[in-house]
Amino acid sequence: MRPFTYETATDAPEAVRAAAASADAHVRAPVQLIGGGTTLLDLMKLDVMRPERLVDVTPLYARFGRIEATPQGLRLGALVRMSEAAEHPAIARDYPVVAQSLAQAASAQLRNMARLGGNVLQRTRCNYFRDPSYSQCNKRDPGSGCAAIDGFNRLHAVLGTSEACIAHYSGDFAQALIALDATVEVLGRQGPRAIAFADLHRLPGRTPHIETTLEPGELITGFVVPAGQWTRRSTYLKVRDRESYAFALASAAVALDMDGDTVRHARIALGGVATVPWRAREAEALLAGRTLDEAAATEAGRAAFAHAVVHQNNAYKVPLGQATVARALLAAQAMRL
Amino acid sequence: MEGTDHAGRGFSRRAFLETGTLAAAAVPLAAEARPGARAMDEAVAATTGVPVMLRINGGEHRLTLDPRTTLLDTLREHLGLTGAKKGCDQGQCGACTVHVDGRRALACLTLAVAAQGKSVTTIEGLAQGGTLHPVQQAFIDCDAFQCGYCTPGQIMSAVALISEGHAGNAADVCEGMSGNLCRCAAYPNIVAAVEQAARELTAVPKAA
Repeated sequence: MRPFTYETATDAPEAVRAAAASADAHVRAPVQLIGGGTTLLDLMKLDVMRPERLVDVTPLYARFGRIEATPQGLRLGALVRMSEAAEHPAIARDYPVVAQSLAQAASAQLRNMARLGGNVLQRTRCNYFRDPSYSQCNKRDPGSGCAAIDGFNRLHAVLGTSEACIAHYSGDFAQALIALDATVEVLGRQGPRAIAFADLHRLPGRTPHIETTLEPGELITGFVVPAGQWTRRSTYLKVRDRESYAFALASAAVALDMDGDTVRHARIALGGVATVPWRAREAEALLAGRTLDEAAATEAGRAAFAHAVVHQNNAYKVPLGQATVARALLAAQAMRL
Repeated sequence: MEGTDHAGRGFSRRAFLETGTLAAAAVPLAAEARPGARAMDEAVAATTGVPVMLRINGGEHRLTLDPRTTLLDTLREHLGLTGAKKGCDQGQCGACTVHVDGRRALACLTLAVAAQGKSVTTIEGLAQGGTLHPVQQAFIDCDAFQCGYCTPGQIMSAVALISEGHAGNAADVCEGMSGNLCRCAAYPNIVAAVEQAARELTAVPKAA
């Protein structure tokens, strides 16, 4: 690991000022905010991330560590631990997709360490990004090329890819947030602002090293999930190489607004298959007003992957992802509330 | 095996590690006790280390550490607490599991500087005097290990899992222990040990 200085933040504006010293918010920014550190320290040991200065924001827990469930919705502080949100009774009852996406992520130890704000910013598990002995990685070293496109790309994305990057977004919680139309609250040099969660992550395009729309120094302070009758009929289905403690090969977050067996509105988000948290709008449109049965669910699965682009080793993700969407839809429909 | 080498001289690997690391840890402690040396110490700290105060198994430890030092390396290399093991050093195997403020956490992905002000418990802090913790005893009773390298992490994780209230059946134990890998694949016996200890620790105490 390269040398760095470590300091603790005593208030949020101070943390923002410190981190704003970075020229831009990309992977190699010299100042990094650190929460649980489970991604950052790992990538620093691998020499992928090389911050010169760490600003620990966890002392701000008293202010940004609260969970509030009200009739209007759910407010989650950015420093809430994954385990705290996963275990919260009101979240488990009223927002099962949120609780399940967190409970099925990582291990119990990591869920005790990692915070929600950092969780949505976790970086790809692309093996070429994580291994600097490969010189080609546009996410690590802009303009260097992509070793994954012609490499071993079994884990990589089939949706939202570009010619510069096919790295998959590997988180789970983000799919629940994007499916439920959540908002991200951030604090920057100009004060607080709110961003639709769907606008937080950037498609790789030609600049895969810039992963979010956050400005340098902007600190995620919390998430707001609006209430709705669909949040209770929601579920997260995660398919992985082993039954627990593994990243998704394909996952689906589903929330259903139903009128009997007829779909008023289905909310569907996909994980493990796309470069960013992915909302499957075409599948949602196909289901609106339809009777939800196995045929409709299967059709929705196909629609979700209509524009998939596959590479040498990841074509399996299309049928796997389609089946995951269909199963998640039918599982949400079968929930007894 | 441990305790005597082939020549029977009573030399153990653990004793050797502890002697070496405790000698190293004694240097900053001695420097701190010397009045007048403080300015020089601070100059040294600026280039080679920062003062760190850790609370481990109920005791306080003052050290001067490079900010890069993980809690795991601090325990093993600076404090002679070699129970927590370095397996992957990447947060993937669970061999370094300790408790931080009562929650199980990975010492390899925790910076020592960030563990200040928190209460750390390691496997060395589990037994009460000469009496093993019920989870430690259950691992022995159930033969829940082969090489033993993952065992301290397994036990620390199991103690937390039981207090979290999710060790009610084998499926929950498997899920709750999934962050602790065992390359000997002693899993069936580990699950049995956790279930045995959970029964014991959650049983209603009998009236005296």
